[in-house]
Amino acid sequence: MKVEGVVLISIGIFMAVVSVGYWFWSGEPSGTAMLIGSVLLGLLPGGYYYWWAKRMRPRPEDRPDATVKEGAGVIGSFPHGSMWPLVFGAGAFLTGLALAFGWWFLPPGAGLIVVATLGVTMQSRRGGTI
Amino acid sequence: MTILEEKATAPAPAQSRPEPVHHAEPSGLVKWLTSTDHKVIGKSYMFTSLALMIIGGAMALLIRAQLASPHSSLLSFQQYNELFTMHGSIMIYLFVGPFAFGGLANYVVPLQIGAPDMAFPRLNALSYWLYLGGSIIMLLGFFTASGAADFGWVAYAPLSSAVNSPGAGPDAWIAALILTGFSAIFTGVNLVTTIFYLRAPGMTMFRMPIFVWNMLVTAILILIAFPVLTSALVMLYADRHFGMDIFSVKGGGVPVLWQNLFWFWGHPEVYILALPFFGVITEIIPVFSKKPIFGYKGMVFATLAIAALSTGVWGHHMFTTGVVLLPFFSLLSLLIAVPTGIKFFNWIATMWRGQITFTTPMLCAIGFLITFLIGGLTGMFLASPPVDFQMHDTYFVVAHFHSVIFALVIAAIGALYFWWPKMFGWYLNDRIGKVQFWLLFVGVNATVIPWYILGLHGMPRRVAVYNTGMGWHALNIAATVGADITGVSFLVFLLNVYLSWDKKVPAPNNPWDGTTLEWFTSSPPPTHNFTRIPPIRSERPVWDYNHPDAVAIPAHKSDNNDKHASPPTGASGDDGGD
Repeated sequence: MKVEGVVLISIGIFMAVVSVGYWFWSGEPSGTAMLIGSVLLGLLPGGYYYWWAKRMRPRPEDRPDATVKEGAGVIGSFPHGSMWPLVFGAGAFLTGLALAFGWWFLPPGAGLIVVATLGVTMQSRRGGTI
Repeated sequence: MTILEEKATAPAPAQSRPEPVHHAEPSGLVKWLTSTDHKVIGKSYMFTSLALMIIGGAMALLIRAQLASPHSSLLSFQQYNELFTMHGSIMIYLFVGPFAFGGLANYVVPLQIGAPDMAFPRLNALSYWLYLGGSIIMLLGFFTASGAADFGWVAYAPLSSAVNSPGAGPDAWIAALILTGFSAIFTGVNLVTTIFYLRAPGMTMFRMPIFVWNMLVTAILILIAFPVLTSALVMLYADRHFGMDIFSVKGGGVPVLWQNLFWFWGHPEVYILALPFFGVITEIIPVFSKKPIFGYKGMVFATLAIAALSTGVWGHHMFTTGVVLLPFFSLLSLLIAVPTGIKFFNWIATMWRGQITFTTPMLCAIGFLITFLIGGLTGMFLASPPVDFQMHDTYFVVAHFHSVIFALVIAAIGALYFWWPKMFGWYLNDRIGKVQFWLLFVGVNATVIPWYILGLHGMPRRVAVYNTGMGWHALNIAATVGADITGVSFLVFLLNVYLSWDKKVPAPNNPWDGTTLEWFTSSPPPTHNFTRIPPIRSERPVWDYNHPDAVAIPAHKSDNNDKHASPPTGASGDDGGD
């Protein structure tokens, strides 16, 4: 976990140096704002990982001497298939058409997105087979 | 939905584990439509993006046909503008990027780190559907009354405003990019989480294959850059329809803000496209040189340095606007040459005194090095403001970025030939592959090199006609011939896929004597990828497993006069998964 944190934090620190230099040299606000966004993108998750890395035992994937056995156990749920991404994608497609071709595409698009969001949430809650 | 009871692996020395019981699985079309398997999604991404590349490439050939004679009337000016806009948009937004981080990374990254799937399989499927929907919407622009978007793939304000580019075509372009932008962001989140949380035991960060490292850095760059593009597109849409006047002077807006936002995405995007293919050839070169990669950590730090620098160089696309800080952007742009140079050095040092077998993937890797070097070095010229003031918006710039992107395309072809046996369980024909490589390599450079000269002679980009007396005609004919050769090379590719499919040569688990985890599992891999996994004690676990008594050769001291020379390609290495 530590290396992950350090990688992100170093990106944040580098971007901080660049943003300070850019702001004082150019005084241009939009670029500075975006650079500060990049600083936060490095520091926030990086800091979180580093904070945790200090407080937990290294995971098997953090230790060079870990054996394959140590990875045993439940590591997550990986569905074989789900129809909700397709439904959500169809809704997003209709919403995209609404942006370009006319607002009447929006109600069915938004409807499908809502249905898919509910569906995917219920699926996660229920677990088991789909 | 199946909860994996264990990490898809069994203790080593491996015993096979019964597949978890699956409930009535759908088949055929329904299976594809509802699949959340990263391998299925990765392949869908690859084939969709290749299909779009063929569409975009056909547009390129039309553009070249128009330019082959000075006052050609093959295309109207409006058609020409639509074609170069859509050619650029399709290639950049819908082909190279999605092929790399949606296709290759999706397929290869979980296999290389020993993971059963991507971290968020359903989000992964959503990424693909958003990408497909966005691509369709972009192409639908051609069927609108106003025609497709015609303001160039960069959509500069105020040309992209509702007054200057009215109609549904530009709106379709914006909507398409919002969808594909979300798709890219979701893929970025998925890749980072997968790489941080789903590595096999013992696969520390500094044992990950370089391809995985590059995809991690690419994903971080996606997370930095794509939100900016997506929000800029929302602003542009609001400008066009709700009179927000963010980019128009009349309402107190700032047109050049669009360029700032666009290129803050646009320059990291260049590395979002390039880093995956740097990773690809870093996988190919050691395997076909029979040597460990030279300077593993140097490669990792060079990748990180390139990515970090690339977020601070967007202004070099805007030198001629006169409102950017020239020395700052010039300095950072020139600095990128240093880590890139380190990478080139490492690639060459990996090949140095290796036992090189010139298979199609290896040829493509070398073709990539040459073409990318041309593109990279001319990029250094353009990073210098005095040169850029001369060259901006000439064919020199067009040639520069086509060298770069074509190098990536060559690497993409190499990646297909390299991982095809893993993906499908049969080889692509290597002899036809070599024919394709040479056609592609010659065609690409025959297209691009005349452009450099045309740029030096002052031919501007985005023009449909030019005067006869300028001395540009012969060079344009050369470029058109080169483009046609490139087109033929892709026909050869399609032919090769058909012929190889027709007479399948089955591939073993490890056809190239590869060193990374994806070569340990079967070809093609089973659901959830691994039934067993070797102990991971270096960045080359499969090599360690297959060659337990090989003398460890430090990368910098390869002495290839030794006896344990590796067997010829294709003959060995299928002991990986039996």
